[in-house]
Amino acid sequence: MLGAARRQLGSGPMLGQVLRRLRPAGGDERCERVLPPRQRNIILHVQMTVRDALNSALDEEMSADPSVFLMGEEVGEYQGAYKITKGLLDKYGPDRVLDTPITEAGFTGIGVGAAYHGLRPVVEFMTFNFSMQAIDHIINSAAKSNYMSAGQISVPIVFRGPNGAAAGVGAQHSQCYAAWYAHVPGLKVLTPYSAEDARGLLKAAIRDPDPVIFLENELLYGESFPVSAEVLDSSFCLPIGKAKIEREGKDVTITARWLVMLFRSNALLKGFSSTDANYLSIFLMYFHARFCPQAAEILSKEGINAEVINLRSIRPLDRATIHASVRKTNRLVTVEEGFPQHGVGAEICMSVVEECFEYLDAPVERIAGADVPMPYAANIERMAVPQVIFFVFHHIFLGCFIRW
Amino acid sequence: MAAAALRRCLTRRQSIPRVSPLLPLTRLISDSTDPITIETSLPFKPHLIDPPSRSTTTTAAELASFFRTMLLMRRFEIAADSLYKSKLIRGFCHLYDGQEAVAVGMESSLTRRDAIITAYRDHCLYLARGGDPVSAFAELMGRKAGCARGKGGSMHFYKRDANFFGGHGIVGAQVPLGCGVAFAQRYRKEGTVTFDLYGDGAANQGQLFEALNMAALWKLPVVLVCENNHYGMGTAEWKASKSPAYYKRGDYVPGLKVDGMDVLAVKQACKFAKDHVLANGPIILEMDTYRYHGHSMSDPGSTYRTRDEIAGIRQERDPIERVRKLLLAHDFATAQELKDLEKEIRKEVDAAIAKAKESPMPDPSELFTNVYVNDCGLESFGVDRKVVRTVLP
Repeated sequence: MLGAARRQLGSGPMLGQVLRRLRPAGGDERCERVLPPRQRNIILHVQMTVRDALNSALDEEMSADPSVFLMGEEVGEYQGAYKITKGLLDKYGPDRVLDTPITEAGFTGIGVGAAYHGLRPVVEFMTFNFSMQAIDHIINSAAKSNYMSAGQISVPIVFRGPNGAAAGVGAQHSQCYAAWYAHVPGLKVLTPYSAEDARGLLKAAIRDPDPVIFLENELLYGESFPVSAEVLDSSFCLPIGKAKIEREGKDVTITARWLVMLFRSNALLKGFSSTDANYLSIFLMYFHARFCPQAAEILSKEGINAEVINLRSIRPLDRATIHASVRKTNRLVTVEEGFPQHGVGAEICMSVVEECFEYLDAPVERIAGADVPMPYAANIERMAVPQVIFFVFHHIFLGCFIRW
Repeated sequence: MAAAALRRCLTRRQSIPRVSPLLPLTRLISDSTDPITIETSLPFKPHLIDPPSRSTTTTAAELASFFRTMLLMRRFEIAADSLYKSKLIRGFCHLYDGQEAVAVGMESSLTRRDAIITAYRDHCLYLARGGDPVSAFAELMGRKAGCARGKGGSMHFYKRDANFFGGHGIVGAQVPLGCGVAFAQRYRKEGTVTFDLYGDGAANQGQLFEALNMAALWKLPVVLVCENNHYGMGTAEWKASKSPAYYKRGDYVPGLKVDGMDVLAVKQACKFAKDHVLANGPIILEMDTYRYHGHSMSDPGSTYRTRDEIAGIRQERDPIERVRKLLLAHDFATAQELKDLEKEIRKEVDAAIAKAKESPMPDPSELFTNVYVNDCGLESFGVDRKVVRTVLP
């Protein structure tokens, strides 16, 4: 890949620039932009995968609070279907790490009942597609209980697991449930992106007294991100309901959930035809990095300075940050992976129209997955999720700027 | 006869008020705590277990308290019927009259540290757990003084301080939830149990078997109680279940069939079940009971069963009448005393309704309370989205 890049770009400053961005401690630049000044000097360049971030968060919270326990399929002896719960059975024993039979409705109900009586379960769904078997308990037994009982019955439970598309897993294993759960008052819905997000938000979710849906993404589990000493501390926690501005800008606001689409491009490389090569080789170099910030980098070369917001929390939605950003940039593009109709992007777009209409210089734009069940064949699968930069580039650039 | 009269006099003079946790003391009816033995009306039918003895031990005081509590429940439900017909109660109202012996017998075998969870026919379970009739009527009428401040309604009564976990509207959902409560009890090594109630209609739910499997695997201290009133809404048990022997449906889980109209049999079975599950894991109790009303207030209850059947059960098996006969047969009370008690209960219930009617409707701000425990400054919206609420954490 790097070879292809060199061939395309030759040597020289541009390659150097690009290669610098490839280096994992591109954390330097990123941290500088987003961390307050005093922390720049004490940044540890520790790389942590999302998997390790989740595992360490679970470990620390279980250690701190004896009422936290895990249940799900293969979380114990198998070490976790995606190895998120590795080592926890050995450390905490079978009373606190429970392998369940393949009975989502049953074990979700049991988890919610345990939460009624004051325990703090963390229920894993092997993927959120299977949560549909248990959705009655999530919504009717968990989300609504505090309200119906006027505060007598609270449900401090976390439902976590991979959500959304993976690579080549087909229609029944690829759906995104963010919009489904974010629709329901009484639930909190989180979508972490980086290792820092994963650690901070999972700890916050476990400590939170309300039912939390924690939507991870399988393709991100193996990705490494730089984390600071602060993030590694066992008391680290991120606030629920606050988005993060990943990249500051002034011309357009891009909101995104996992920024995962770039990884899809990596998985689907083989499907690209040779005519795509010109675009592809440039974008390949960014495959380790973030999709939207990198889309923003490309736009910046065209003189468009994009602000990228990592939502982190779908419910509660950080409307204040989104609106402030749109008031600054005057343009909005939302990016998500799920089905388009009634999606998260639709809510954000409408919220911006309600609150910031006078500030908009162009209609709000949303980018989502295709309105079809996920196909298997690589080429049409690629067409079913927001594909790589040149799609967004086309959309943002043409949608927001050329027409208006 | 003289001896009986003498006994009664002596008992009255010697008696020390034994306050039932539920109700004020009855004045004239015997409150002796001398144990007496009474046989259950029918033998227990076991599945994979040795049944408990048919000989039950009780006292005059206990029988009197059973009588009073069941009368209160009966009157409560009949009063709710009238309130519903006068449109003071809205939506759903599922009445429990006929089934009182199950609630009362079960409660007498438990402590308040044990947990109970049930479905939507929950008014009398709430009363059994120490719920106040005023707050129950207020909740039915959607008033501030209701046990859920008017936000739950008939199907969502809760009393957390008495470990009564509601009140659930989705058929069968309470079964895994109850197993979860039992899980927490075992996790914390509390030595307490959960009684997890469901009906013959819910007995076919898949999630019940999922939860039962895990309860058996993990030896959870849960008693599954099937209140078999023989009709799931309008469907007779033999039309819904290939096997209506619900006490056997646990397969590898032992079960017991109990005459649910005999409060002493219910008490005996529940005591037995509690000891069993603490040592061995789950058991199923099938209570053979009956509801006089239809499924809910919108169901006359006669399109799928005959009036003769209903009248017959009332005549032969009514739980309150059975206790009345016991009290009279053992000279613990006279017929007149029991009639006076009924009048007193009626007055009490009417007073509770009057008090509940005085309570106002909830404040409009209650629309937005308790959505979350930790609101974290969340904005929420009413129908007119310009009315925005921000709640501080």
